[in-house]
Amino acid sequence: MPRVKSTADRRTLGEVIKRLLLFDLFKGLFLTFSYNWRALYEKRDGGNPNQAIYTEQYPLEAARVSERFRGAPRLNLDPESGQTLCIACDLCALACPVDCIEVGSIRREVREGEKVNKKKVLTTFIFDTSRCMFCNLCSEACPTDCLELTQSFELAVYHRSGFRWDREMLEKGIDYVRYSK
Amino acid sequence: MREQGVDITPGTLFDAEEMVINMGPQHPSTHGVLRVILKLDGETVKDLDCDIGYLHRGVEKIAEHDTYAMITPYWDRLDYVAAVSNDLCYVGGVEKLLGIEVPRRAEYLRVALTELQRIASHLLWLGTHAIDIGAVTVLLYAFREREEILKIFEDFIGARLTAHAFRIGGLWWDAYPEFEKRVRDFLKILPGRIDEYETLLNANRIWLSRTVGIGVLPADEAINLSLTGPVLRGSGVKYDLRRAQPYSVYPEFDFEIPIGENGDTYDRYLVRMAEIRQSIIIIEQALDGLPEGPVMAKVPKVIKPPVGEVYFGIEAPKGEIGVYLVSDGTTKPYRMRIRPPAFINLQSLRRLSIGHLVADVVALIGTIDIVLGEVDR
Repeated sequence: MPRVKSTADRRTLGEVIKRLLLFDLFKGLFLTFSYNWRALYEKRDGGNPNQAIYTEQYPLEAARVSERFRGAPRLNLDPESGQTLCIACDLCALACPVDCIEVGSIRREVREGEKVNKKKVLTTFIFDTSRCMFCNLCSEACPTDCLELTQSFELAVYHRSGFRWDREMLEKGIDYVRYSK
Repeated sequence: MREQGVDITPGTLFDAEEMVINMGPQHPSTHGVLRVILKLDGETVKDLDCDIGYLHRGVEKIAEHDTYAMITPYWDRLDYVAAVSNDLCYVGGVEKLLGIEVPRRAEYLRVALTELQRIASHLLWLGTHAIDIGAVTVLLYAFREREEILKIFEDFIGARLTAHAFRIGGLWWDAYPEFEKRVRDFLKILPGRIDEYETLLNANRIWLSRTVGIGVLPADEAINLSLTGPVLRGSGVKYDLRRAQPYSVYPEFDFEIPIGENGDTYDRYLVRMAEIRQSIIIIEQALDGLPEGPVMAKVPKVIKPPVGEVYFGIEAPKGEIGVYLVSDGTTKPYRMRIRPPAFINLQSLRRLSIGHLVADVVALIGTIDIVLGEVDR
């Protein structure tokens, strides 16, 4: 069984000399200064762990967001017809742990080719992003891949009412203001 | 007159040597909203009591109104610096209740992610503990490596901190193509980086005088206080749930349980550093033996466990985190009890601090490694 050894209470001659000459202090300082020195000549490459400067320059450079990131919600449209994929089944609202989704629907007659069917049709869709904890349970419950959490993450708004996203906003996405310096 | 166990009889403030002061709830070194009521004689701590509950959200009660799948994200928010470990505990508990066999690939990936989370949690602990004591540089270095782990998490799970990593029955996503390579690249640079931290700390005179002999906890007292995790192992008790009550696929891996000798703050630091090294070994074994296959078991859409109760505990970075679930046969648990490691470890603070100086209380709160989200639940 490995017992971790502490070097603290060693009292050999070498240790005493090391202590008198502040050897450990200089060892630590050498490490920090080696990083400082590398930072002078190395290329700034944000997020590379092998470089001396690790900081990502986020507002100046685009942030690195992964493919599976769970951010702003979106209601996907059928790419062919441009109609919503949502079938108003309410499964996302039932799966949500914080009840931030409200699905509004009516039953009405829909013409599908020759036939006329009575179907549930989506009217309103309200998604409260201030309550959402981005757990992805709604997206996983969706049977038609309509509701999806996307990679957008800049959700700040100036007024609290801006957190309640309606159907139009969920389908179009947010209009980002791109600031330049 | 007593409040919270500390004697604050009027008149003691000016005409006696003893003095009662509050440390926190808004104090940078209490790692959250912890109020420590200190009774001081000069600089020496005579008595101490913790006032907790500022971050209470009632997760156990919320769980009684939510279905089993809906509770998982709340577990991310208990010990929010080790969310993946918490998820493993809860999900494992529900799987035990349901009697689901999780696919082996999912188990291996779970172990790899949980051990990465252990490294991340210990790195965060190291950085904040060092900054409490006065070594600011280590924080910057430790966070750089932690950031790499969080990036791996973001690519795999979709979130950095509140991960929602596992689903009941396995994983939602399989590993992304470069996952194995990225983890291996990271594990290649990590041992060198740990050596860097140890260069800065291990023989540092200030670090040694602030940690060696501070908060000595003998093994028998640590067991009596029902401590778990590195705090217990620092006192020399070889108890790790990965070996004591094996869960998941841990019996298939070869690793050692580091234990301390003196039970002081310095030994607990050494134990955590040794645990990071052991985690590296475990992740490498998990990636080497990663089987092919599905990552999700066949789980019914509506999870309705049979009537019964179950306890499932795992070795989280901070100690044993456990879930006790009582099912009444409906889709919602009748009762969910969380066995929190940090809450139980925090009770040792009084025992550790008495007789030490005020500045050591900061070091001792750090060495217990508490997260108030889990203490208050």
